[in-house]
Amino acid sequence: SGPGRNPSPKKGNVEIIQGFRWSSSLKDTVDLSKFPADRIRNFCIVAHIDHGKSTLADRLLEMTGAIAKTGKNKQVLDKLQVERERGITVKAQTASLFYDYGGEQYLLNLIDTPGHVDFSYEVSRSLSACQGVLLIVDANQGIQAQTVANFYLAFEAQLSIIPVINKIDLKNADPSRVESQIEKVFDIPSEECIRDACIVHEPFKALVFDSNFDHYRGVVANIAVLGGRVKKGDKIVSAHLRKTYEVNELGLLRPDELPTQKLFAGQVGYIIAGMKEVKEAQIGDTLFLQERPVDALPGFKPAKPMVFAGMYPMDQSEYPGLRSAIERLTLNDSSVMVQRDSSLALGAGWRLGFLGLLHMEVFNQRLEQEYNASVIVTAPTVPYKAVLSSAKLIKERGSEEIIIVNPAQFPDRSAVSEYLEPMVLGTILAPDAHTGKIMNLCLNRRGVQKNMVYIDDQRVMMKYLFPLNEIVVDFYDLLKSLSSGYASFDYESAGYQAADLIKMDLLLNGHPVEELTTIVHRERAYTMGKAMCERLKDSIPRQMFEIAVQAAIGSKVIARETIKAYRKNVLAKCYGGDITRKMKLLKKQAEGKKKMRRIGNVDVPKDAFINVLKRKDK
Amino acid sequence: MIRSTCFPLRCVLFRFFRSFSREVRTDHVRECASKPDLTREASLYVHWPYCLRRCSYCNFNKYIPRENKDSIMTECLQRETETLLHLSQVSCITSVFFGGGSPSLADPSTIAAVLETVSKQASLSDQAEVTLEVNPTPAGRMKLEGFHLAGVNRFSVGVQSLQDEDLRSLGRDHNSQEALQTIEEARRLCPGRVSVDVMFGLPKQTAASWEDQLSKLFTVCDDHVSLYQLTLERGTQLFKQVQSGEVSMPAEEVTAEIYQHARETLHQHGFVQYEVSNFARNNSESDHNLSYWRGKQYIGVGPGAHGRFVPLGEGVVAREARTQTLEPDAWIREVQQMGHGTRRRILMSRLDLLEEVLVMGMRMAEGISHKHWDVFCPQMGLREVFSESMCVQELLQGGQLILDDR
Repeated sequence: SGPGRNPSPKKGNVEIIQGFRWSSSLKDTVDLSKFPADRIRNFCIVAHIDHGKSTLADRLLEMTGAIAKTGKNKQVLDKLQVERERGITVKAQTASLFYDYGGEQYLLNLIDTPGHVDFSYEVSRSLSACQGVLLIVDANQGIQAQTVANFYLAFEAQLSIIPVINKIDLKNADPSRVESQIEKVFDIPSEECIRDACIVHEPFKALVFDSNFDHYRGVVANIAVLGGRVKKGDKIVSAHLRKTYEVNELGLLRPDELPTQKLFAGQVGYIIAGMKEVKEAQIGDTLFLQERPVDALPGFKPAKPMVFAGMYPMDQSEYPGLRSAIERLTLNDSSVMVQRDSSLALGAGWRLGFLGLLHMEVFNQRLEQEYNASVIVTAPTVPYKAVLSSAKLIKERGSEEIIIVNPAQFPDRSAVSEYLEPMVLGTILAPDAHTGKIMNLCLNRRGVQKNMVYIDDQRVMMKYLFPLNEIVVDFYDLLKSLSSGYASFDYESAGYQAADLIKMDLLLNGHPVEELTTIVHRERAYTMGKAMCERLKDSIPRQMFEIAVQAAIGSKVIARETIKAYRKNVLAKCYGGDITRKMKLLKKQAEGKKKMRRIGNVDVPKDAFINVLKRKDK
Repeated sequence: MIRSTCFPLRCVLFRFFRSFSREVRTDHVRECASKPDLTREASLYVHWPYCLRRCSYCNFNKYIPRENKDSIMTECLQRETETLLHLSQVSCITSVFFGGGSPSLADPSTIAAVLETVSKQASLSDQAEVTLEVNPTPAGRMKLEGFHLAGVNRFSVGVQSLQDEDLRSLGRDHNSQEALQTIEEARRLCPGRVSVDVMFGLPKQTAASWEDQLSKLFTVCDDHVSLYQLTLERGTQLFKQVQSGEVSMPAEEVTAEIYQHARETLHQHGFVQYEVSNFARNNSESDHNLSYWRGKQYIGVGPGAHGRFVPLGEGVVAREARTQTLEPDAWIREVQQMGHGTRRRILMSRLDLLEEVLVMGMRMAEGISHKHWDVFCPQMGLREVFSESMCVQELLQGGQLILDDR
């Protein structure tokens, strides 16, 4: 079997590709005009994390001669340092392959995609340029949460889906079990659906599915040509902005850039057309020739940030450096939402929105590794909403329903008819044995079970509706640890729901510490309040009097820690030489105190805020 | 006057510095320092740097000599005394203190020689307090009479602890019995003028063991007790032992209790706490130490000694903070070459001086009276300087500070 053949997957007749035989044909110069639409295939490899997508991509590249066959090719398409270190794909990469079959040469455009739930947006975009997918399933692990997620994405995009069972040579592999799983879960309909995507003589029409910024050449847009052709020098227009550009350079990705004169319908490649900002090459945008306008393609929903975190420089003097690092990093990652923000404790910084926790961690790591910036990351928050009831406030804020990202913006209960919190629908796949513990965990996180079904005799799939803020910090980790790593998790946005939210203040001897105010659900208030009090207690040095650290909702104190008064004084000698030393010591202390923030009568070091606000280390 | 109601009070003091710098102007340096009384007299501190052993907690400037350098050391002490007395142009030395190291290792003739040098250049009253620190070993005890004859009229006995176990673990070279005998001998020679140094907060110390010690102490001590908390200093053997977990210090609560208990008991026995670490009855307060805390001038002689005086002999009109070279051999060379071995001299600004007056004054139960303050800062009274400060007001309100008319 080879590519491009729909396996007509009916129940009991799932075609499984268990090996590959490809001919290699290495051609340095490529005449792309000889590839008619029916000899071009755009496809993606999708799978759950670590099921072997990138390795399969490597082998395909080797076998079709796109890269030299050496033992050292490892995840060739994972170019970023962070990808190589974590062994994950973060950004989708494209490669064009040539393959001989039945006496004809085919052009195959392969798009490698990330497997992690946080990067499902990358997957969506890539799929929109494809005709089919190779859906890889690990023969040992079987269907996992992302397998399902990716299947649905491909299914909804009406692509041909070829299931591939991988790693069958491993000891615990059970391909037959996986086969029946695939039948049961995917229930693949029988219609053949090779999409006939393009006709050559139609006007040029291309979909932008990715873009990068290159310092020397400007914006490089990755496009899938869906109709017609385009060549160097053509004047093209972006449907979104209605701006005209001249094509400077275009070509294929093999996976490195291979410039060509033209690109034809069915091909996937890159185009450089004098765009200055990544925003000009909007993902989902349509490009067409100036003289032959077309209807814009239905784009797709912009990436929605799900997790927010504050990022602040270690010291305000490092602000400009951090700003430029964030700017440069987000040039190539348009899914990060960036907003200026400032905190009383930490100075000027940003509130960034990520697609998930891993996305945030990767971003942070890239900031440190690639841009040498060190940041303080504050606890993630989610975007709450409030429906205002006070006419005055509605006028002030501009609308009845407002989004609250910063606790300082939290409107008082008296001016609000309803508070809302974002919800997600989570899918958990786990072995039967862990069901009880998992259900407990979900219950603890205010999860409401929506569905539970056995996908085979050993594994359960559960769907829960969760408040987003209950899962953004450590839900995934806990799930993994109590299921010994077997459980998998995926989620999608599920709108907003009414919630009993309150604003919680932290007080020191009765004085509020503004920068530590948090928005929290009433049920969580005590736990959160207690944890913050404890952390704050550990971060403030003792003083001459007792310090009461309290968490309060309005005037009601819900948690308390006490910092004992400093009893000890060093009753040492103080004659002659000691005097000099003592004076030095006291002056040093006085200097130190100057740098502290005074809240009421308590001196608080800057570290204290950081300690309370920052993310807990894993 | 301004005084603290609670010992400990160290943490209080930094706040003053904030209000201080605003208030004090520096152009009055000249005026302040040249007050006649202040510069006409000084107390003298003499440092004998040698010890036989190193106690595990000690980080003073002390050395274990490889060869006997006593006579050269004595000569140099005399020489430096002469030079610095001349430099300071004081006409009167109000008290003398021999510290170290182990000054009781020196020969009584050393003491006599230094005192003689002093008398040649300045007036040293017969009533002036002349103290010698004593290490209570049998050898030390036997020399006490000699020291007394040489001119010492007050002994400060370094008892530290009356538990033999503690003494061993601290690396002391005497036992409790020997200490008690030394005190006895000292009291014979200088009745009412013997001070005993005791340390608390020792490893493994409990409130109970402390009680025992105190009662033993009261049976033998004279009229003056200095009470110090054991401080862990970097670079000492004890510090390393604590770091490695070999030795553990008592918990803060226990230490605080011990201190409070000591205060109460001393009080019951008629001692008055006149300074953070010092207790006296029957008017046995130490003149020498009081002069430190009252901001008087002092001249430091010997390796590593510190001084605070105005070197009028060089035409300087402000007080200097001076330190002599630490290492004995280097110091000896410098004294031989230049007459003194002063390693550092820092001119003190008016603010510096007042800060010291404040910090030292607050250590005393008597605090700082308006009169005392006036000596150093005639331009502005205590109230003017301090009453506006927020921190001071908070402390006054909290009852931790007293500011009244005395």
